[in-house]
Amino acid sequence: MKLVLTEEQEFLRDTAKDFAQERTPVTHFRALRDNKDKNLWDRDIWQEMVNLGWSGILIPEEFGGSNFGVAGISVILQECGKTLTPSPLFSTGVLGAYAISNFGTQEQKEKYLPKIVSGEITTALAVDESSHHDPLKTSFEAKKNNEEYLLNGKKTFVIDGASADILIVLARTSGNSGELAGLTLFIVDANADGLNIIKLDMADSRNYANIEFNDVKCSNQEILGTVETGGETVERILDIGRIAMSAEMLGNAESAFETTIEYLKQRKQFGVLIGTFQALQHRAAEMFCEIELTKSAVMAAVQGADENSNELQRLSSLAKTIAGETLHLVSNEAIQMHGGIGVTDEYDLGFFIKRSRVAEQIFGSSTYHTERYANLSGF
Amino acid sequence: MQNLEEFRNEVKEWLDKNCPPSMRSGADPSIPVDEVWGGRKAEYKNPESKIWLDRMGAKGWTMPTVPKEYGGGGLNAEQVTILNQEMFAIGAKQPLLSFGIWMLAPVLLEYGSEEQKKEHLPKIIKGEIRWCQGYSEPGSGSDLASLATKAEDIGDHFLVNGQKVWTSYADKADWIFALVRTGPKEPKHDGISFLLIDMETAGVSTKPITLISGKSPFCETFFDDVKVPKENLIGQLNAGWAIAKALLQHERAFISSFGLGSGMGSGRDLVSIAKKHVGEEDGKISNGFYRSQIASHKIKEHAFGLTFKRAKDEGGKASATASMFKLYGTEHNKKRHELMIAATGINGVAWDGDEFDKEDKNLTRAWLRTKGNSIEGGTSEVQLNVISKRVLGLPS
Repeated sequence: MKLVLTEEQEFLRDTAKDFAQERTPVTHFRALRDNKDKNLWDRDIWQEMVNLGWSGILIPEEFGGSNFGVAGISVILQECGKTLTPSPLFSTGVLGAYAISNFGTQEQKEKYLPKIVSGEITTALAVDESSHHDPLKTSFEAKKNNEEYLLNGKKTFVIDGASADILIVLARTSGNSGELAGLTLFIVDANADGLNIIKLDMADSRNYANIEFNDVKCSNQEILGTVETGGETVERILDIGRIAMSAEMLGNAESAFETTIEYLKQRKQFGVLIGTFQALQHRAAEMFCEIELTKSAVMAAVQGADENSNELQRLSSLAKTIAGETLHLVSNEAIQMHGGIGVTDEYDLGFFIKRSRVAEQIFGSSTYHTERYANLSGF
Repeated sequence: MQNLEEFRNEVKEWLDKNCPPSMRSGADPSIPVDEVWGGRKAEYKNPESKIWLDRMGAKGWTMPTVPKEYGGGGLNAEQVTILNQEMFAIGAKQPLLSFGIWMLAPVLLEYGSEEQKKEHLPKIIKGEIRWCQGYSEPGSGSDLASLATKAEDIGDHFLVNGQKVWTSYADKADWIFALVRTGPKEPKHDGISFLLIDMETAGVSTKPITLISGKSPFCETFFDDVKVPKENLIGQLNAGWAIAKALLQHERAFISSFGLGSGMGSGRDLVSIAKKHVGEEDGKISNGFYRSQIASHKIKEHAFGLTFKRAKDEGGKASATASMFKLYGTEHNKKRHELMIAATGINGVAWDGDEFDKEDKNLTRAWLRTKGNSIEGGTSEVQLNVISKRVLGLPS
C-alpha cells in the first residue's frame, strides 16, 4: 500500500483543518484553562465535532458510523493537535468506538455505539495503576459473584475519566501481576455505586482522573471480549490508541515547528533576522527531518492498523517512540529559539511543551516503546 | 504501439537466449564475479560479463529510455517496468555500472548538441567509454564554484591547466567531464564551463589517494597544458554552473537510491554482531546498554526506510528532500558502523594480521570509510544549509 492519503482522507483532513483553525484555535484551549472549566473541554464544540461525524469514524455504518478507519480519525486528530483542541475525541471516538466496535457483543454494540455516534455518551479507558504505563502489571481485582463481578482497586491517569459516562476497565480475574493471562475488560457505568472519581490537575490542563472502585458491581453482560483474554484485547485497543495519539502528537510538533520558523523569519537581534544564524538554521533543518520521519512512521502505523498488519505492534511502538522523541525535541527547541517570550505563559508555546510531556506518557513513553520494539524485533 | 504482452514475451525470449548462465541467479559460485564498468581498459575475469554487456549494450537496454537514435532502447515507462520485472525474475545482473549513465548521460540529453549526443551517448550505453567526474579541487570542496582549473581559449582549442581531486576511478577512466574556469573576470558562478576531456590527451595524469581506511578508488587528476577541442564544450561558454547543478541533482538522486556502493561500508547485521560479540541471553542482546542504543538506532532506520518509501509513493517530489536523504542516509550509516565496531569490541578495531577474522578487519576499514560519506557528494552541513534555505525558506 502506498504511503499517501486517499482522497477521502484528504477531504477529512481539510474539514478538520478548517474546523480547528476557525472553531478551536489555541485561544479556545486557553480560555478553558483560564476559566478552570470543569471538563476542560467544551460541550458545544464537542457536539459540533460529533455533528461532523467524527465520533463515528471507527464505527460500522449499521450503527450509524462511517467506518472511515484509523486513517480517517488520525488525520483529524493531527489537525486538532495543531491547535491543541481539547475534546473527548481520542477517548471516545478512538478508544471507546474501536473497543466496542471490534470486541463488543451485538447487544453491547446496539446499546453503546449509536450513543457514541450521536454524542449522547463519552467513554474512557482505565488501564494504568501506577506512575508508569504497564498493562501486564494490572492487579486491580474483579471477583466473580454469581451472575456478576465485584470490582475493587484503583485506576490512575484515566484520560477524560473525569467526564466520561462509560468506563472500560482492565481488571485481573485470575493470576498475578505481570502475567498476560487472567485479564478481563469490563464496561462500567460511571454513575455506578462504589465509584469515586478524583479529577486530576495535570500540566497540560486536560481531563484526567484517578478512579477508586469499592465493590462496584458489573454484570456478566458487560464483559468486553472474553474472560481471561483481556490482555490481548486491551493491547490491540492500546495499539490503536498509541497510533492515533502519535498522529495528534505529530500535529502538535508540526504546529510548534511552524510557529518557530515564522519567528526566525521576523525576529531581529544584532540588526539582523535571527533566522540568518546558521546555529539556528541547522537545528531547524534537523527538526524538519525528524518531523518527516515521524510523518512516515505514523502513516505506516495507521495503514498497518487499517490493514490488520501482523506488524501492527511494532509499527505502533515505532510511531509512539518517534512521535514522542520528535515532539520532545521540537517543544524544547521551539522555546529556546523564541528566547524569553518562549517561557512566558502569555505565549502559546508553553502549552505545547506541557502537552508534549503528558502525551509522551500516554500508553507508554518512548523508552517503554523502544524496549517493546526491541523485544518484538528479537534484538 | 506494440501490445505490452507481446513485448513481455519478446523480452522473456530475448533474455532466455541472450543472458548467459553466469549472469543470472543460480550461477555457479566458482565462477569469478566482475564489477563491470566497461571502458577501453576493462578486464574481465569471466568472459560472460563482457558478452552480457555487449548484448545489452547493443539492445540499448543499459539505458532503456534513451531514444534509439542515440543508441538507447527507445522504450516507454511501461516497457521499462516490464524489462526490469523480467530481468528481476531471472535474477539478471546489472550489465554495467557507469558514471556515464548515472550522471553524464542525463546532462547530455538536456544540454548537449545533436552531434555531442550522437558522439557520446552510444559509447556510454555500450560501455565502450568509461567516464569519471572532475568537480572538486584542493581549494574547492563545499564551495565548488570557487574552482580554479582554467581553460583558456587559444583560438582553435582550449588549453587546460589545474588539478582535480576526489575523481573516483580516474586511473581507470577513459574520459572525464570537468568543470573549468573560462571566465576569470566574471563573478564566480558565471565563469564556469562544462568540458569533456579525453584522458589520453597529453598532459593529463592521475595519482591514487590512500584514505584512512586504506586503498580507495579516489584519485587526484592533473592537467598540464592539455589541449581540448572546442567541440567538447557542453552548452554555452561560461554557462556551466547550471549544468553542474543539474548533474549534482542526478548524483544525489543516485546516491540516495543506491547508496555510495562499496563506500557505504559493511552490509553486516548489527544485531547479529552484538549477539555474537556482546552475548545473548534468552534471545536478547545481553548488555542492556548496547541493546537500547541498537534499538534506538534501528527505530530511526525503520522510520527512514518508510520515509524513503513515502517519497517514492508521493511521486518524485524528491528534489526538495534529496538533501534530507543524503544527510540522514549517511549519518545513519556512520552511526550504524560506530555501533557495529563498539559491539565487536577489540576485534572491531583490528587492522591486520592472522589473529583476527577477515570480516572483523574489513569492518574496521568499512567503519573508517563511512566517515567520508557525510563529506562526499555535499557535506552534511551543506545539506542542512540547503534544507534551511530552500525547504524552510530561512533568510540568508
